[in-house]
Amino acid sequence: MRARDPKIRSTDFKEVALGLTEKQAVKEARRCLQCKKPKCVAGCPVEIDIPAFISYLRDTDFSGSLRVLRKYNMLPAVCGRVCPQENQCQGSCVLQRKGSPIAIGALERFVADYEMKKGITEKAEREKPNGHRVAVIGSGPAGLTAAADLAKFGYEVTIFEALHEAGGVLVYGIPEFRLPKKIIQREIEFVKSLGVTITLNWVVGRTQTVEELFSEGYESIFIGVGAGTPQYMNIPGANLNNVYFASEFLTRVNLMKADQFPKYDTPVKKAKKVAVIGGGNVAMDAARTAQRLGAKKVYIVYRRSEAEMPARLEEIEHAQEEGIKFEFLTSPKEILGDERGYVKGLRCDRMVLCEPDASGRRRPECSGEDFVLHVDQVIMAIGQTSNPILVKSVKGLDLWGAGYIVTDNEGRTNLPGIFAGGDISTGAATVISAMGAGKRAARSIHEYIMDTSSRTSPQKALSKR
Amino acid sequence: MYRIVHKETVAPQVDAMIVDAPYIARHHQAGNFVVLRIHEKGERIPLTIADSDKKEGTITLLFQKIGKTTEELGTLKAGQSIMDIAGPLGHATPIEIYGHCVLVGGGIGSATLFPILRALKARKNKITVILGARTQDLLVWEDRFREYADTVLLTTDDGSSGRKGLVTEALKEVLDSAKVKIVIAVGPIRMMQAVSEQTRPYKVRTLVSLNPVMVEGTGMCGACRVSVSGKTRFACIEGPEFDGHEVDFQELASRLGFYRSEEAQAMEAFRKKCKGKCRSKGVK
Repeated sequence: MRARDPKIRSTDFKEVALGLTEKQAVKEARRCLQCKKPKCVAGCPVEIDIPAFISYLRDTDFSGSLRVLRKYNMLPAVCGRVCPQENQCQGSCVLQRKGSPIAIGALERFVADYEMKKGITEKAEREKPNGHRVAVIGSGPAGLTAAADLAKFGYEVTIFEALHEAGGVLVYGIPEFRLPKKIIQREIEFVKSLGVTITLNWVVGRTQTVEELFSEGYESIFIGVGAGTPQYMNIPGANLNNVYFASEFLTRVNLMKADQFPKYDTPVKKAKKVAVIGGGNVAMDAARTAQRLGAKKVYIVYRRSEAEMPARLEEIEHAQEEGIKFEFLTSPKEILGDERGYVKGLRCDRMVLCEPDASGRRRPECSGEDFVLHVDQVIMAIGQTSNPILVKSVKGLDLWGAGYIVTDNEGRTNLPGIFAGGDISTGAATVISAMGAGKRAARSIHEYIMDTSSRTSPQKALSKR
Repeated sequence: MYRIVHKETVAPQVDAMIVDAPYIARHHQAGNFVVLRIHEKGERIPLTIADSDKKEGTITLLFQKIGKTTEELGTLKAGQSIMDIAGPLGHATPIEIYGHCVLVGGGIGSATLFPILRALKARKNKITVILGARTQDLLVWEDRFREYADTVLLTTDDGSSGRKGLVTEALKEVLDSAKVKIVIAVGPIRMMQAVSEQTRPYKVRTLVSLNPVMVEGTGMCGACRVSVSGKTRFACIEGPEFDGHEVDFQELASRLGFYRSEEAQAMEAFRKKCKGKCRSKGVK
């Protein structure tokens, strides 16, 4: 896919990837072999009928193509941009063997953007209102998808969002240069056009409890609150000034627009030399954001090698093109501070790779050699975990691991009427898998509410506990 | 939007605001805070809920105009609205039957002790309140405290009201003369640290309400992390109250000063923009 010049783009927040032109998109679509047993579909977490949407595209029927996409995927403009296609649809494409898989992600993005450019608004089909109410907690990918599908089935849906803006990780986590806010806004408008109400500043568990939602007449609740609490790295110096969690650093810039301080009131510290710890998409986002804020040198510090990096291929490539320096096989062990309590360096161990661990990735071990990276800011991007506010407020909810909700594949929890999906049930994963979970949960909720025989009153069920 | 029902100046540079927020009022417990954003370009700031009226569906916020956002908040009048308020956040103060409790408030931090006082009194605790300020003008809500407390002791730096001196001196006398079960302190960091040092030799449980920098306030960003017993804790979801004997106050003070230059820059820009006109009335 075309991308803007690294030298220019690394100084602003405008979108990096440019997308395909109409001509390129149709040409790429015509390369598709339209397999009888398409492997790409099997590689997609929500099983989009990929050959079908591409087939419309071959015939330049763009709205037909979008109809197919929207049937499976509420947020095609988002997924076309943020899905790790190389591990999913594109990675499974039969042409992959020849080294030139169909650029499915780019095509998805083209179709979604085409609609936006032309100002075409696809009217989604919606069942007649059925008089039943469902509450959705969290307005990220899982919540938006569940809400949209439920609205299509005829439910009256309210999404409750804790922050002052809807979109979840799409707005506070993913930077503008990778996923422009206007794209998310448009997708959210689409969800609203289905009749979904979004209530902001509503911290379910605090502002209102799940029990109260039931007693207000919501018959079922979907929990899609994500896994947003940053994981902490317990090394000396981690609370020095100018040590950020990536979550805070990115929230300041993405949600609060700190890059435009003082036009916007939230500041963010701009540093000269920055070390970002971690090898996932969040680490890439934080590093590239630091650079756009004016850092002269930005390091990604990752304890394994390039092959084990969990970030999307495109993000790694873009970061490299923009001059981010990668320190592989490097494990931080101490953040050094000056007498005022500010970061002045990061002491790291050089690592060597040993046998594969439980995750199948080769385990890094200390080589015995260490060195200091002279930086004035450190950003920790080593993962996120479950947020306790909501899950702890629901009595009797079965949890696993660090506080994730136990669900079956259809999003059912152990409590009647309560469903969950996305990162809060799987642990941190992808936008598309959260959407898939939202979709399956919407179907289960539909079954649950319609199947009156198997249904006990949620209030009764709650009072029994 | 959250409508301002009433607003008044309670001390120089200190305003109180009653805001329509029925759900927050309904769930408010002593010790909780809210995060608010005045308008779409605003920052999110935490403010402790100083009072709530569950029947009227309102909460009371008290703030000292020390930065751009609080200064701007002070320009809003009754009838106007605050764009976003989320809450009630943070753990509630543990309200139990303790026996003799001492509540120590410094400056406007005192006001946030008020719901704690009322809740403790409802459980029939004996309560001594010690309020300290630089000068008499800065002692807020003294009358409200007198209504619920068994004893109210005032201290000012300049002796303009109560005894001249620090809250810790008054506290020491109480600790020497009575069997105190718990001390709860809210106020400037140095004062909370001094209170904790004062109670340490007496081995009296001491809670302090911390006020680190926050961004979203619901455990998602970690801006508010503090060290307690050598462990990193998030004040927004694990606090804001912690054991004063275990808090690393020096780290907290250092982290609180991190954005000082940006705060000054924002304040200057704000004052320039409104040419002094947007400062609220009643301020010296």
